[in-house]
Amino acid sequence: MLERLIRELPRFFSPENLAFLAQGVGMTLALTFIGCTLGFLLAFLLVYLRQTPGWWAAPVRLLAITYVEIFRRIPFLVITYLVLFFIAVFVDNASLFLIAVVAICIYSTAYTAEIIRGGFESVPRQQIEAALAMNFSRWKTLTRVIMPQSWPVIIPPAVAFMISFIKDTSLVSQVGVFELTFRGKELNNMGFSGILVFGTIALLYFLMSYPLTRLGAWLEKRLAASRHHRPQR
Amino acid sequence: MNYTFQFGVALDGLPQLLKGALLTFELGVVTFWGGALIGLFFAALKTFGSRPVRWLAQAYVVFFTNTPALIQIYFLYFGLPEFGIRWSNITCVLIGLTLNAGAYLTEIMRAGFLSVRATELEAAETLGFSLPQQIRYVIVPHIAKTIYPAIANFFIVILVMGTSIGAVVGVNELTGEAINLSTENYRWLEMFIVAACIYVVLTLIASISLALIGRWAFRVKAKIF
Amino acid sequence: MPHLDIIDLSADYAHLKVLSGVSLSVEKGEVVCLVGPSGSGKSTLLRVLMGLTLPTAGAVKVDGREIDYHSKASVRAARDRMAVVFQQYNLFQNMNVLRNITIAPVEIKGRPRREAEEEARRILARMGLAEKHAAYPDQLSGGQQQRVAIARALALKPEILLLDEVTSALDPELVNEVLDAVRGLAAEGMTMLIVSHEMAFVREVASKVVMMDKGKIVETGAPRELIDRPKTERAREFFGKILRH
Repeated sequence: MLERLIRELPRFFSPENLAFLAQGVGMTLALTFIGCTLGFLLAFLLVYLRQTPGWWAAPVRLLAITYVEIFRRIPFLVITYLVLFFIAVFVDNASLFLIAVVAICIYSTAYTAEIIRGGFESVPRQQIEAALAMNFSRWKTLTRVIMPQSWPVIIPPAVAFMISFIKDTSLVSQVGVFELTFRGKELNNMGFSGILVFGTIALLYFLMSYPLTRLGAWLEKRLAASRHHRPQR
Repeated sequence: MNYTFQFGVALDGLPQLLKGALLTFELGVVTFWGGALIGLFFAALKTFGSRPVRWLAQAYVVFFTNTPALIQIYFLYFGLPEFGIRWSNITCVLIGLTLNAGAYLTEIMRAGFLSVRATELEAAETLGFSLPQQIRYVIVPHIAKTIYPAIANFFIVILVMGTSIGAVVGVNELTGEAINLSTENYRWLEMFIVAACIYVVLTLIASISLALIGRWAFRVKAKIF
Repeated sequence: MPHLDIIDLSADYAHLKVLSGVSLSVEKGEVVCLVGPSGSGKSTLLRVLMGLTLPTAGAVKVDGREIDYHSKASVRAARDRMAVVFQQYNLFQNMNVLRNITIAPVEIKGRPRREAEEEARRILARMGLAEKHAAYPDQLSGGQQQRVAIARALALKPEILLLDEVTSALDPELVNEVLDAVRGLAAEGMTMLIVSHEMAFVREVASKVVMMDKGKIVETGAPRELIDRPKTERAREFFGKILRH
């Protein structure tokens, strides 16, 4: 068996295959970054809607809460399939990349919304009352008082989520997106040893995930320290 | 849009979907307990072991938490046969997910270990408890309460996220059955909407049950939402 | 016409009647002090006035004009005329002292920044904190933070100043610097409604003292009369207890 592996190595690590794999890595990172960033922005909107005051806004608040509770309880694979089928109803030949990004977006919005909400609620209520008593509008209170103080609480978990999502993108291979896992399946189907292929793929994921995770931990330490000084205005 | 929703067809498949949901739950439970044992073991290694032992435990954790569960399963399913080991798809999923869960649970358990005050352990030691006995009588009861919310939450994660991966290699849990039925009746969208609803209901029941158990058995206020 | 007129005000909090039919009036330039045991509703009264808690019954009038606490515009107008200083100072932690004081005048009231900053420095000087304009709240002592909070309220140029136990969260050594600041304001003729338990201070500065208990007004009177010779049983009990030492 080992002989087979050694025989295959040079064929496996050919320039074409390496390019193949590199492209898979690029796609994985692109999907993660684009999907999670969009998700972050939408999550922010969702939390803003969820905190709209007034009895007339109750349906809006309910909608925001329901969205988060539902999409945090459906597996990412199922969400991906749902987006695929749903879009297929309306559009022929929709871009698989787009479908993947939408699925990632829907999923990450739900999770990131909780992170953002936690951050907003970490600002002491008294400062918000002071702002209210001085006639600050909701938006002003949010941008001038709440957000500057909640970044250190929001960024580390949000970044950690995105980095962790690199691994979850492997599931979009199931709808045919050309990310790293899909490339791996292709190579395995072309006849290369499963151990070699998936060992290499695992290594590549590791090389993407581990350094970034350490970076994220470092970032968290930095931000935790700066909380005891003042956050940037 | 010329698509007519035909939920009737989808709902006919409900019994089969529920069978799959049962398998989802079973896989979740087995994977969780297997992972918990592994987690407890490796957490102990990391807390009490010598340098090389700690390094090995850390290597296990780092490897399994930085590679996708799907790749881990693919490796077992497509790679091991080359060594002559041909496990069934469900075995690969069970072993892969258990090893994966074990790595994450190691970290959770370790946090629990660290939360036990040294004084409690010293007291136990002077009373003559050996290390395994200390773990059993002092650490586990204490951390059971401290880490319960994290563990309960992780169980939901395994249930929902973890087990659905099995469908990729053909395991007939909930997602797998949804795929099976859809290939027969072509109502993919409705089928998956129903499956998604079952996931939501399943996890809600699990969350609420775990929260209640937490309150009664451990006197822990675990969050439901 | 009273500057601030509170008529039969009631409020609930979690099904508890925290205010029941409270009536009191404050004339222009008057300093009215609210005293009473914890939970008597004193702080709640100030919160209701500022629109932070909704009243269930009664009316509040400023210069004869009633405030409709269900109308955003009315509450906004009320907040333009009244300013509150909280027990916990509630300064914005992410801004330095100058910014804390100028942010509302500049961004809410639309005053030019330079003018607001000069005004802020003037007020800080009056409070004895001129050199602290660039400091952040966590770099200041409790007494200094409380004086900044008062400065922040003054920068809004309110007609009526509400002070909620502004010395209660402070170490004893720091209490006097804040009381001095308040004395100064009283001397300048600011209309104030002060919740406090510093009896010596209340005696000295108040034109009228109101004692509350369990959400109701127990007795009202001039400081020397109410504190030294309370008429009602409950008031006698309260002042007797606190003034024994």
